[in-house]
Amino acid sequence: MNIVIPAINWASIAPELVVFITAMVVLLIGAFFPRVSSGVTAGISLLGVMLSFLVTASLWGSSELAFANMLALDNYRLFFNFIFLICTGLTILASIDYFGKSSEPVEHAEYYALLLFACVGMMFMAAGTDLITIFLGLETMSIAIYILAAFVKKNIKGNEAALKYLLLGAFSTGFLLYGIALIFGATGSSNLATIYKYLSGTSNLSSPMLLFGMGFLIVGFGFKIASVPFHMWTPDVYEGAPTVVTAFMAAGVKAAAFAAFLRVFVYALPSLQPNWIAILWVLAILTMTIGNLAALLQENIKRMLAYSSIAHAGYIMIGMVAAKNAAADIGTYSVLYYLLAYTFMNIGAFIIVVLYGRYAEDNLNISDYAGMGYKYPVLGATMAIFMFSLAGIPPTAGFVGKFYIFAAAVKGGFIDLAIIGVINSVLSVYYYLRVTVMIYMREPVADQPGLKFSRSATLATTIAAVATLVLGIFPDTFITMARQSVSLILG
Amino acid sequence: MSYLLTTITFLPMLGVLILLFMNREQGKSMKMVTFVVTLVTFLISLLLLRDFDLATANVQFVEKYSWIPDYGINYFMGIDGLTLLLVLLTTFFTPICVMACWEDIQKMVREFMICLLFLETGMIGVFVSLDVFLFYVFWEVMLIPMYLLIGIWGNPARRIYAAVKFFIFTMFGSVLMLVAILYLYFEYHAATGVYSFNIFDLYTTVLPPSTQLWLFLGFSIAFAIKVPMFPFHTWLPDAHTEAPTVGSVLLAAVLLKMGTYGFLRFSLPLFPNAAIDYGVWIFLTLALIGIIYGAWVCIVQKDLKRLIAFSSVSHLGFVMLGIFAFNATAMEGAILQMINHGLSTGALFLIVGMIYERRHTRMISEFGGLSKVMPAFATIFLIVTLSSIGLPGLNGFVGEFLILVGTFEKYKIFAILGASGVIFAAVYMLWMFQRVMYGEVTNPKNMVLKDLSPREWAVLLPVILFIFWIGVYPTPFLRTTEASVHNLLRQIDKKYTLVVNAEKQGGYYLSKIEKMPPETENR
Repeated sequence: MNIVIPAINWASIAPELVVFITAMVVLLIGAFFPRVSSGVTAGISLLGVMLSFLVTASLWGSSELAFANMLALDNYRLFFNFIFLICTGLTILASIDYFGKSSEPVEHAEYYALLLFACVGMMFMAAGTDLITIFLGLETMSIAIYILAAFVKKNIKGNEAALKYLLLGAFSTGFLLYGIALIFGATGSSNLATIYKYLSGTSNLSSPMLLFGMGFLIVGFGFKIASVPFHMWTPDVYEGAPTVVTAFMAAGVKAAAFAAFLRVFVYALPSLQPNWIAILWVLAILTMTIGNLAALLQENIKRMLAYSSIAHAGYIMIGMVAAKNAAADIGTYSVLYYLLAYTFMNIGAFIIVVLYGRYAEDNLNISDYAGMGYKYPVLGATMAIFMFSLAGIPPTAGFVGKFYIFAAAVKGGFIDLAIIGVINSVLSVYYYLRVTVMIYMREPVADQPGLKFSRSATLATTIAAVATLVLGIFPDTFITMARQSVSLILG
Repeated sequence: MSYLLTTITFLPMLGVLILLFMNREQGKSMKMVTFVVTLVTFLISLLLLRDFDLATANVQFVEKYSWIPDYGINYFMGIDGLTLLLVLLTTFFTPICVMACWEDIQKMVREFMICLLFLETGMIGVFVSLDVFLFYVFWEVMLIPMYLLIGIWGNPARRIYAAVKFFIFTMFGSVLMLVAILYLYFEYHAATGVYSFNIFDLYTTVLPPSTQLWLFLGFSIAFAIKVPMFPFHTWLPDAHTEAPTVGSVLLAAVLLKMGTYGFLRFSLPLFPNAAIDYGVWIFLTLALIGIIYGAWVCIVQKDLKRLIAFSSVSHLGFVMLGIFAFNATAMEGAILQMINHGLSTGALFLIVGMIYERRHTRMISEFGGLSKVMPAFATIFLIVTLSSIGLPGLNGFVGEFLILVGTFEKYKIFAILGASGVIFAAVYMLWMFQRVMYGEVTNPKNMVLKDLSPREWAVLLPVILFIFWIGVYPTPFLRTTEASVHNLLRQIDKKYTLVVNAEKQGGYYLSKIEKMPPETENR
């Protein structure tokens, strides 16, 4: 057999390469210079992230396929690259603070390297135009995250979380892989473009193999985006994992899973749209409603944010349902915009949780936030911004994001989804307000020794808060970027 | 292009900036800064009055910049006869509120003043926005400072409950409105191929009556909650009662007017067929129930603030009566009554706040015979009480009279029944006044109360001035609204007929009916 190695355009994976090489360097530094301080490894990682960010920015506007049509170099991928890099960068900044507070020494080089590997995985998920590349990206990301969830070795909750995540994750990966296999069986290819061409040329769209394949893909992706009924792992894992890792998972993993989910379904399976819209319509409603209802009852802020992230997945799915085949449609890019907005406000909220602890995993009950606004006015105000943004109140990023999602729903003719969505966001206001009630309207319970704010985490929150407001007040640039990201299809 | 409206709207933000850089201990000077900023805002807003053209119904002082161009979202501001007085009411009351809370607010002064300034920006923004997206942003933004005002500086016992209830109620209405806005927006786009949130563009959308009804309800529920109309009023007594004095004053004087204003600017001209065919009956009935129910509930209240809160439900019932009578006299009366209610009820809350500062209770039974101890206070309180009842010669009379006359022309039964609300108002207000102010001083704690301080005089006198002015010579106030009201009714009528005719011909079409009112540039 004659194996032809296709011409490889290394430049097309430059952003990934930069992050990957940085990860290797960090890992090697950890191996050969075990005494090097965590500041150095974090610094190098940050530099790598920033460099990759610049490379991504310089590639903006390109539109080509690479690696034998297995990867796309398009704005869609680059937009998501921005999200992942922002996620990783903010998480690294917060991690410096988090591990500074941790009593247990951590292998910081491995930690940052894993974070970067996860980031590479995410970037490949957004880049993949072949189910195989998407799967590889997903596995790269997932394995790194399984380890990260249990990174604080002696934390029993963290270990439980990681094991749960690993077992359920492996199970869901099985579904995804089986789905890919069935789709391959039905269409004869794993390449998104070929699948699209095959499906638009055939009239046999109701073959069980194809439909089961599609269903299994929904299960697989549904698990990663934490959609009901595949969300059971979310609260436990989010609560048990180190807060910084939770932040990374809640924003990054979700965005990556949506990146692949959206590309596969909107670009490769539009012919099956009536089928998957019907399923996602139900899932979106369930996800929003159950996420919000459960969040109402939470006492632990990490669990509350976990359920809130489930609810947000529901809102984003509205955008997906509304994404009619026209790729440039508002539904598709409302999802992109929402994920960008969500990244800032959600990571921001988690970083505040990190900052508000005297040691790692401290002050996790919502009642611990009593009087925060009196003792730490700036910290309190920033948390309030994130809460109002998550609740979708102007002038924040969360409002504009929801606005576009609901606009997409109305435009697509899904008034019912829009109404259920807005009622859900009223429901969510209640538990986000509870945090602000604690911050501003309750007296501090006990006198706690003062907190020390590290510069890195302060910087990270500032970036997140400013971005939340800028995206809310001047959304034009970002919306235009999101629109450009979906206007060019390579599939 | 004039920058007047932007200046007025965002000048308070300058105050916020200054406050952020002040030292925590400088409570007094923070109040001073806020007072100066809000006073300057008021003085600048008087320029609107100077340059306002009474003869035209066009929007004036127009400012328009592109904000999110791809979606037709503009930074579009302007005022007309419907909003001129409301903007002035807002800028007028804010400095008064700063003065009123001078002694009251001692904890977290900076945060309080920042909330107040944000609130002012939000309130003015709601009235001057002519882009529906911009309007919605201000409408929602304003919730946050009010929520914080009630929740942080409110009455310790139930402030959090009241604050959250206020927030959720209003939010519920406004998100449904958001869906309606979006639907209308895409209908307009479907018909014209253009995306626009410009309210004057959206006015030209002609929709079949059934669609109109749904959208009308979507908008109107949001506004009815804000007004608040029976049966959406239940947040109001709690919010009013638990809020700090200044919160209650601004709630009564300005925030409730946003609801009635919303009907005038959005519900009626956008969906005239739904409003005339169904809305009239729904809202006249609810208004009437509100007038009578509010008044009856007032009679049995033990708490002064709660009593005034329910009296708002009753008074705003009159305003709604005037709006839905679809008649120029009643509508002008309604707008004037919005201002009147702001002045009278705002003043009542200021007065109750003053008693509360002295005695730390608002229970009617705790008082009695105060007029002997505080004669000047008693006089002012009496004037405001009578103005709230609608005594001829004071402001309340003019508005209610016009509303009832206008309503009587078309809907006699509603006017007749509604008029009974005036009588009930006399019953509950005078009875309350009698129990608080007259008789012997039974409670020894009331013997030593001090009469009005110079600061309190300064707080109340400007309001009293307008109470008399509007009562004796309302013409200048009415004239500002005249042109716009006539134009509004004309346009509603025109569009209504258009849809009816289109329906007769069996098809719907979108016609670019003359934009109402055409925008003016460069004033």
